[in-house]
Amino acid sequence: MNGSSQEDTHRTVERVARESYGRLVAYLSSHTRDVASAQDALSNALVSALTTWPRDGVPQNPEAWLLTTARHSFVDLVRHQQVAEASEPTLMLLRRDSAEMNLSLEFPDERLKLLFVCAHPAIDPAMHTPLMLQTVLGLDAARIAHAFLVSPATMGQRLVRAKTKIRDGGIQFEVPEERELPQRLDAVLEAIYAAFGIAWDDLAGVDQRGRDLSEEAIWLGRVLKELMRGEAEVRGLLALMLHCEARRRARRAPDGRYIPLSEQDPQQWSRSLIEEAECHLAEASGRRPAGRFQLEAAIQSVHAERARSGRTEWAAIMVFYERLMHISPTLGTRTGYAAAVGEANGPEAGLAVLDGIDPNDVSGYQPYWAVRAHLLQQLRKTSEAADAFDRAIGLAEDPAVRQFLLQRRG
Amino acid sequence: MQFALLIYHRPEEFGMRKNDYNDPHLGAWRAYYKALVEAGVYVGANALEVPETATTVRLREAKRSVQDGPFAETKEQLGGFIILELPSVDAALEWAARCPGASIGAVEVRPLAPEAMRRGFTG
Repeated sequence: MNGSSQEDTHRTVERVARESYGRLVAYLSSHTRDVASAQDALSNALVSALTTWPRDGVPQNPEAWLLTTARHSFVDLVRHQQVAEASEPTLMLLRRDSAEMNLSLEFPDERLKLLFVCAHPAIDPAMHTPLMLQTVLGLDAARIAHAFLVSPATMGQRLVRAKTKIRDGGIQFEVPEERELPQRLDAVLEAIYAAFGIAWDDLAGVDQRGRDLSEEAIWLGRVLKELMRGEAEVRGLLALMLHCEARRRARRAPDGRYIPLSEQDPQQWSRSLIEEAECHLAEASGRRPAGRFQLEAAIQSVHAERARSGRTEWAAIMVFYERLMHISPTLGTRTGYAAAVGEANGPEAGLAVLDGIDPNDVSGYQPYWAVRAHLLQQLRKTSEAADAFDRAIGLAEDPAVRQFLLQRRG
Repeated sequence: MQFALLIYHRPEEFGMRKNDYNDPHLGAWRAYYKALVEAGVYVGANALEVPETATTVRLREAKRSVQDGPFAETKEQLGGFIILELPSVDAALEWAARCPGASIGAVEVRPLAPEAMRRGFTG
């Protein structure tokens, strides 16, 4: 086999892995709850695809091939890992699955259950997102560790611990019942949003954490939308992420300088992503009351409107923030609300909102200080503004943002 | 729990260290220091002179050896350190990422040895 078609095969394996990873892991682990072994088995199957497919050709149904191969490997893994007696129920389940499997190449999509397992209340909330990225998308622990600013060894250990808890902690692979659903779904949405990482996209404050994972987060958002087409908040989250993503390029000048939202050139925004976001928002907006993600998406939608109208309707943004304050008065919401009030009703009004926040909550929260500095500067309170700028500069992680604030501070 | 942030500079960064109070480079460090103090995590810190000023001493088989320059000839050299009181290594990594030194050189995070051991050293 020549080099280029070997490359093609390699790419096919990569594509199938990307598209099918979560489906296969979810299906393989849905009965046994043994996510770690399912992942190991799938890794073995992918390795074997890389040697077999170039030789024998890509099978007609690559996903079914991977599933069959992974299942054989899974049985071996479980047999080796556990004391024979203890693993007997698992092996029985696997054998039963195999028997069913031979009847058809189709297998159910269990990814939704897997998403709910990853964001289960019994799992440490800090691990919800890493678990999703690893089990549904197949990202390696090192890459997740970088994005979450944790050492790769620590992230690896935490993932193993979380998966052991899934296997042994009685966590069921199921879609929660209606009564539980809103809260449980919220945890799933939060975890996806955390991967996206932009908690607040305005003025001078940009939370950079996880930005490398934005594409993966949008992918997860799309998967969830396919699996739960009727849920308005799912579309709200997807719309929010797409709106922010549409502005990614506009946030940096060609020389790498940071450009705040208010100074971005709307021509640089991606029209197709904005349109897609608007579609999801429109689809969601029929349902009342609007949830947190729909409101946040609506705020971003008002910002996007500037591409058409040339101006930002701060009063509208303020109204959305007011509704958001009722359902989700987080530090990010309150800071964003203060910024919107500052623009709509003047810097003094904005400052009054900031003064209502407990100072103990903000000692490490960069956007608060960036907004505070901005409002104080507008009021020409030079030395107070300089102090707030220093706090914002000192808490900034992105050197471009730091440089921008240093220049503003003067 | 106390952590040391060991700040490694590249040669050009040592070159940027001036004593001009209005130097923007210094401004970033000053702001970072302020944020540490205001967050209540600051224990102590200091900057080191440039590596060329270092002299390294060894005693081997009762023979003295004195070498010009730092212990190891690497591109990145220790430029200073900060000691922080923090609840976890996660928090220490977060502050390390915000350190102006992280975006040019590197910041190594290490827990201080347990206090009993440190007291053994210092009496």
